[in-house]
This record gives sequence, C-alpha cells and structure tokens, in this order.
Amino acid sequence: MKVTVEITRRPEIADPQGTTIQRALHDLGHNEVMSVRVDRVIHLEVDGEEPGEVQNRVEEMCRQVLANPVLEDFTVEVG
Amino acid sequence: MTTATQPLHRRLGMTDEEYGSVLGLLEREPRPAELAMYSVMWSEHCSYKSSRAHLRRFPTEAPWVVVGPGENAGVVDLGDGWLAALRIESHNHPSFVEPYQGAATGVGGILRDVFTMGARPIALWDQIRFGPLDESKNRYLFNGVVSGIAGYGNAVGVPTVGGEIEFDPCYSGNPLVNVMCLGILRREQLVLGTAGTPGTVAILLGRATGRDGIGGASVLASASFDEESQEKRPSVQVGDPFEEKKLIEACLELYDRGLVVGVQDLGAAGLSCATSEPAGRAGVGIDVDLDAVHVRESGMTAPELLMSESQERMMAFVSPELVAEVLAIASKWEIDSAVVGVVQAGETLTVRHAGRVVAEVPAASLADDAPLYDRPMRRPGWIDELWANPAAGLEADPVEVLLGLLDDPALGSTAWVHEQYDHMLFLNTVVGPGGDGSLIRVRGTDKALAVSTDGNGRLCHLDPRAGAARIVYEAALNVAVTGARPMAVVDNLNFGNPEKPEVMWQFRESVEGISEACEALGIPVVGGNVSFYNETDGVDIHPTPVVGMLGLADPMPNPPPQLSRAVEGMEIWEIGPAPSANLAGSAAQRVMHGTLTGRPTTPDPETAKRVIATAAELAHSVPVLHDISDGGLAVAVAEICIAAGVGATIVDSDTDLLFTEDPHRFVAVFEPGYVDLPDGIGRRVGTMGGETLILGQSEPIPLDLVAGTYRNAIPRRMAPSP
Amino acid sequence: MRSAVVVFPGTNCEHDVVHALSVLGGDAELVWHRETDLSEFDGVVLPGGFAHGDYLRTGAIARFSPVMAEIERMAGEGRPVLGICNGFQVLCEAGLLPGALIANRDLAFICRFVDLEVTDTGTILTRAAEVGQRIRIPLNSYEGNWVDPSDSGRIALRYVDDPNGSQGSAAAVANEAGNVVGVMPHPERGVDELLGSGDGRVLLEGFLHSLLPA
Repeated sequence: MKVTVEITRRPEIADPQGTTIQRALHDLGHNEVMSVRVDRVIHLEVDGEEPGEVQNRVEEMCRQVLANPVLEDFTVEVG
Repeated sequence: MTTATQPLHRRLGMTDEEYGSVLGLLEREPRPAELAMYSVMWSEHCSYKSSRAHLRRFPTEAPWVVVGPGENAGVVDLGDGWLAALRIESHNHPSFVEPYQGAATGVGGILRDVFTMGARPIALWDQIRFGPLDESKNRYLFNGVVSGIAGYGNAVGVPTVGGEIEFDPCYSGNPLVNVMCLGILRREQLVLGTAGTPGTVAILLGRATGRDGIGGASVLASASFDEESQEKRPSVQVGDPFEEKKLIEACLELYDRGLVVGVQDLGAAGLSCATSEPAGRAGVGIDVDLDAVHVRESGMTAPELLMSESQERMMAFVSPELVAEVLAIASKWEIDSAVVGVVQAGETLTVRHAGRVVAEVPAASLADDAPLYDRPMRRPGWIDELWANPAAGLEADPVEVLLGLLDDPALGSTAWVHEQYDHMLFLNTVVGPGGDGSLIRVRGTDKALAVSTDGNGRLCHLDPRAGAARIVYEAALNVAVTGARPMAVVDNLNFGNPEKPEVMWQFRESVEGISEACEALGIPVVGGNVSFYNETDGVDIHPTPVVGMLGLADPMPNPPPQLSRAVEGMEIWEIGPAPSANLAGSAAQRVMHGTLTGRPTTPDPETAKRVIATAAELAHSVPVLHDISDGGLAVAVAEICIAAGVGATIVDSDTDLLFTEDPHRFVAVFEPGYVDLPDGIGRRVGTMGGETLILGQSEPIPLDLVAGTYRNAIPRRMAPSP
Repeated sequence: MRSAVVVFPGTNCEHDVVHALSVLGGDAELVWHRETDLSEFDGVVLPGGFAHGDYLRTGAIARFSPVMAEIERMAGEGRPVLGICNGFQVLCEAGLLPGALIANRDLAFICRFVDLEVTDTGTILTRAAEVGQRIRIPLNSYEGNWVDPSDSGRIALRYVDDPNGSQGSAAAVANEAGNVVGVMPHPERGVDELLGSGDGRVLLEGFLHSLLPA
C-alpha cells in the first residue's frame, strides 16, 4: 500500500529556511507571498492487507524515528 | 508539580522567598510581566545565585586584563594595540532535549557574547561529554551534538579548531556541551554593554521574536531532569547561522563606523536582560515599548515577549542622531531592526505593551539584587573510602593496555568529529584539532594565540580540589608546548544539584583548586559560566570543571612543534619529575579495570611553574613536544608515532609507569646531540625508529595496528549497523 | 588586471581568497552581490561559504542576485569565472556549469586535505599545471558531490581517492570553452606550507594568468 507521511514543523518552532525563502521570493517581486514553511514528505510502500493496521504501523514509525517530536508533528495518509 | 492552580511565581520557577524579595523591592505586588522578568533574571543560569559567593574566590586581576568577569566576555591585552576577547558557555540541558539545536544554539550564543564586545570571533572550541557509545541513545546525542556544532559553526563562518571529548556513564542522562569562543579586536574597537546616557535609543537587531525557549533559562537550565521533563520539551530554541553571520558583519560595521554607545546580546532572559543590564551598568533607567518589537508570532503577551529566547538578536544603544544610519546598515545586511526603547534619567525600567504600562521596576535590581545563596556544604563520606582503596596495579601486558586505550573513544583519534568542522577558515590555524593546544596566528603581526581546553570529571570526582588544580596546570602546559605563555583562564563549572551539600562542597573545592593553581601561575580568571542541576533521577554527574586557557606567543615559533616532525633516530625524552605508579583516576584504570578509586597524585605548584616555563622555551627550538595526560607516556609516544609514521622503542618496562597520568610531564623529541637541556630536567626514555612500537620488554606492535586502532576508535562505534 | 571577488550574504571565504590572490601578486577586490557593473574587472571569483545559509538548495537563491547578470556576461565573453566550493554550487544553479552539487555520499561534512590529479589543462584553473600533476589542497563541504545527468562537463581535476561520490571523481569542472570553472576543494587554503600545503598556488596562478589579454 502506498502511504504518504507529511512531517511538519510544529507551528511555534522557528523556521529560518522558510523566512529566508520568503525574503528571496519578495526580492524577485513575488510580494504576494505572506508566509513560507518548509516541511518534508516521505513516500512509503508498505506490505499490508488492512489500511487501518498499516495506518497504525506507520504512525508508530513516525513516533519512533521519522519525526522528531520535539520539533515536528506528522500526518499519515494511506492510499 | 506544575499545575495551573499554583501561584504564578511558582509556575515560573521562583521560590516563595524569592517572591518575598520582589515584594520587598517593589513594596507592592508584582505585575505578571514584572514577575516574568524577575523569574528569568533570578534563575540559577542567569543570576548564579548558588555560586556567586564562591566565584569571588577567583583571582581576576593582572596588568594585561582589560575587562574582567561581569561583562559579556573577558578581554586581555596582547600588546601593540591588539586585544583578545574570550568566553565559555554551557548548553547542557537543551542538548539533552534536542542535541542538534541545543548544541547549535550554544555556538550561536557564545559567538554573540564575543562579538558584542566589538571583537570579530575567530575561533571556537567545544568540550563535549556523553555516556558510553555502546548505548544507542548516547550515539544519538553524540551525533546530534557534533552535527549541530558543525552545522552552525561552519555556516556562520567561524572555524572550530579544537576541543575535548569525555565519555562516562554519569553523563548518560546529562550530556555536557560547553563551547568556548575567541575574538580579536583593536583597542579602539572595544564596546561595552552600557546603555549610555538619557536620550540614547535602544535598537533591537536580528531575528523576529517568537515563543522560543520561553522560560528556557528558568525552566530548562535551572532544574534537573525527571519524568516530568517531557512537559518542558517545547522550550528548545532553533538556531539560524545565516542570520547570525549577517548580524556579525552588520555589528562589526556599526563598530567600525563608531555608531554605537553600547551593545548587549540577547541570550538567556532575552529582552529582560538586554534592557535591564545595560541600564543598570550605566546607572540609568529605560523606557521599553514591546509593541515595537518585530515578532514572528501574533498575540504574544508581555511576559512572553520579555522571556522569549529567540536567537540571533542584539540590542544596540545609539545616539538619536545616528539612528537612521544604524537602521540603514541593518537594512543593507538584510537584518530586521526596531527602535524599542529610550534611555531615561532615573533608575526605572518601564515596559509598555498594548498602550499600557506593564512593568516598572528598578532596572539594576534585576541583575544586582538577585538572591545570593550560601548553600550548605558537606564533604561526602565516600571520598575517604575511595582514598583508602588505592588504584590497583595494571598487571597486564602493556601491549594489551595500549591497544585498549587507543581503541577507547575518549583517547582515540577525534577525526570523526573534527573533520566535520571547518577548522581552516581565515587561513590562520597553524596548529589545528588533534594537537595539545590550538595555535592561531594573528595576521599582520608576529604573534599567535594558543588555546587549550581541559576537563576531567573522574579525577575531580576522586578529589575536586586537586583535580581542578591539575586541570589548570594541564591546560597551561598544553598551551606552553604549543609555544605560548599562558595568560588568561575562562572556566565552565558543570555540577550536579547544588541543593545537595555534597555537590556544593565539590563546587567550592573545585573553585579553590582552580584559584590556587591560577594564583601559583599568575594567571587571572577573566570569565566563566556555571551549570548546575546536571542530575537525572537523583544521580549527579561527576564534578566537571572545564578550563579554557589562553596563551600568547610573541613571536610565534616558526615552525611550531608538531607531532608529525618526529623522524627516525631522534631521542625521546620525558621532561618533568619522575612519576609515581599511581593510577587513580587514570584512563588505564577505567579501561582495564572499570573502577574509579584511589587518591590521585596532588599537583605541585613549583614544579608546574618550572615545567611550563621549560616547555614554552623549548617550543622555539625542539621539533616535537607533547603533553603527557590521558593514557600516560605510552599513549603520548604512540600518538607521536602515528602522526609521524615512524615507530619507536621505549626502554622502561614498568607497565604502571608507562600509563600513569601523574602531572607536570611532557615528551620532547629531538635530534641526538641537542645540548641545551638543563641538568635533571628529565630523562631519556627511548628512540624513534623502525616500523613498530616497542614498550619495554613487550612484543613489538606493528605501527599499522597502532595507527589503525587509534583511527578506528570512534568510527567503528558510530558506523551504521550492517 | 583586476578580479572581482563576489560576496553574497553568508559568503565567508572572501577574505581568504583576496589574501591568497594578493600573496601571488594579484589585484582582487570585494564586490557586494547587489553590484550591477563589473566592467572594470577582468575576471571574477565566487568564493566559498554559505550564501543565504544554503537554504532551499545551496546556491539556489544566490543565482538570482543582481551581480549574476554581469557574471553571465563575462562568462559569455570568455572572461575567467572561477567558482570555489559554494561558488561552484552557484554556477551550477545558474546554468553556467553543467550538473548540480548534492550531499556527500556519506552524509557528513568533510574538512580535510585531499589529493587531486590534473586531468585537463585547457581551463583557466589548470593551465599553469601539467596533466597528471598531483595537487594536495583542503576540501571543506557537505554538498560536494557533483552529479551530471547530461555528462557534458569537462573535468579539470579529479580526486585520487573519491571522498564524496562525485561523478567521475570530479573535483573541478569546466565549461566547453574552459573559461568558467567550478572547483570544490579550496585552492586559497593551499598557498602556505606553514598551514599544510602550497599546492594551491599553481591553480590560482592559472586564474591570474587568464586575466591577461589573450
């Protein structure tokens, strides 16, 4: 099954990369950009029959290693 | 417990007594914003309330001290109009919570402490300590911290040129991350953290303020870890080295053009500190408008704005007619800026937010009236037990001991670490990582600066006073063998819970040991940092004072002594007193027996002075000098062989004498017939040559095996599982 | 004969480059990235560092700096354009050199001396050296791994022992005409034996030579 994991920086944690990219976009004339945050997407192919179970397993993987709970939240989408 | 029903002062980490002091100072109930400021400024990390009384013991004066403890960094005179600024800081608790960012922001903070004085930061050193690497959690922390230091230091553009590493189970729950920074400036560039006179404008430069590290100083650094630590995790700050680089260049340009009256960096206690301390120093008041602060998040309350530890921010104090020019320079360097305050006559710090006054306190009281604790001290009973149980002799084949030590991650090659650091930027690193000290030349002069950073938790656990003194003597010797005269010390004192009398006793003893050694050598302490509460689930770390020693070589030995300059046929000498076979606290005791017991050999000030002076002199003519410390004579000689690619024969066959770490000794290697050694200064112990290392009567060890073991010590433990 | 040494926000090797060129008798001047007129310069160096923090992709933001239009003009006119480390990354992002720089194979920053071999002396960087000559200078990078799906780069220097997985072990790559060169290790860090090596001199001498009229 295809699983998409989005790892996002927790909103209260600073994102220097996002700030710098926003500045660069403004420099290039794209002043309509009001905010930029840079996050990660991980695509997994997981062997499994039952979507609910795959969901739980991948969430466990996120808690264990894929996301850093001090800085990041995650969402898991199966299929 | 930290429930919402607790009074505000307790939730902010203040004691009832401290709250009482605030009541007395203000003669009324404090407003929330005022309490927020007192809570961070009076935290252990900011106020040194448990340590200040003892720190007064340090000798801090010498003719070459320009700025002593009390400002953002110590400053010493190098002669000919040149000054050096130095500071050391810890970021221990944040690094346990988030190792990369904890270490990265530690680097950022120490850099700001130095460039706030008007100096360009030119070099960094890190002193890092972890639990044993066979535990995956410790490998994770080690990797994260080194990556964080590299990621920040390299990107900000300041070379990391040396440091030290120690591993011990006591650091498993409490890794230690100390960082030292050195900066260079001309005398006329010196800037202090003063707010100036009434009318002076306070300009906040740098990153937008967010909720980073809210309560970090009061919450993280001033409390031990336990199961509730989970709640405290969101307080970790995130660093931006790019912003810091721009800030460094912008500030240096402001200084160059003489545009600032004073500058203060925003570190622990953020705006609370950067407004009150400069005003307090200048004996003035200040009016601060929080609505003017450029922010990253909306809806921040006044207490949040005052406690925020958002990184990469500086406060510049500027005469009103120069404000436009300062803002223009900030803009050129693409740095955000905001006029946030004006200095007032009187002594009051007034803070406004959303059109109301939210704080009105005596500015100086935040820094000057912090509680001063004289906590009880008690010598622990277990010390006498340890002293009564001397270190056992090794009774092993010296080959086995040597290879065991070279394979140890604390003694093996640090290339895994230092090759992740840019240590060459600025083209002034004459002796870089891996040497006893670092040697940085001062471009445009004949001078060079040598720095060594040293600590030894195990030694100090056995005897805090002698251990701390030995660390000072060792650091001075490391600087001397690099060719320089030791001239100034900064100290980072890492200890457990100060509310325990045994820990306070260890602290006081360590301070005494450092003071005695500095007095004996005539070296002033120009600054330092204290990190308490390095304790997890009731277990404290070993007392771990760390010393950063600065030396001046004028002129620089050219070329300086280097381990790689040893060649076939050279004589190997041990300079200094003949050692005893005492292995207490030694690496050999740890690696071979896994014990920590005995009374370490106490240092001797007169011997130390003599040996240090000899080393500094010999550095101008002898090709190889090497301090004898961890692993004793055998490891020192092995390291020379590895660097030079030449074997050696050591005549002495007493195993314990080969590995003792008795102080005040170094190795000198030079061509036969070198005649300027004073009588009785040392003894010949061997000869360079061949392709093996021979220790007394033992089997020759192939140089390849010696070098391979040494080089692989850390990598083989950090390699990903197959 | 003057060379411009470009400074982006976050560049940090500019003083080292100016110093190294001066030591070799060159006349080098720092130029801020917002400069739009390089007509008084005969060549340009983009030094190492972390332009814009290496955010988004290394060199990705710097390539849009105002000064880049002038650098493209100079490249087109056959003038010497040398990118060192971060400068190499900017030139690839700008399309002045083929390929791109990605993370080192072992995912660690590398700061140490490396041995290189000259493979092509028809470039501004290597013209003073000889094919097969060994050169030892420091590498200092995280994204030092050059990849080029088009396989069109001229490789001027190769690593003797591949440290980062670079395609063809490329340490320096040139354009077709040989006047635009990107080099990942730092020649300016190899001009003083006291600091470990003087081998970088022959490379910078090649660049300085290229400033003279043909």
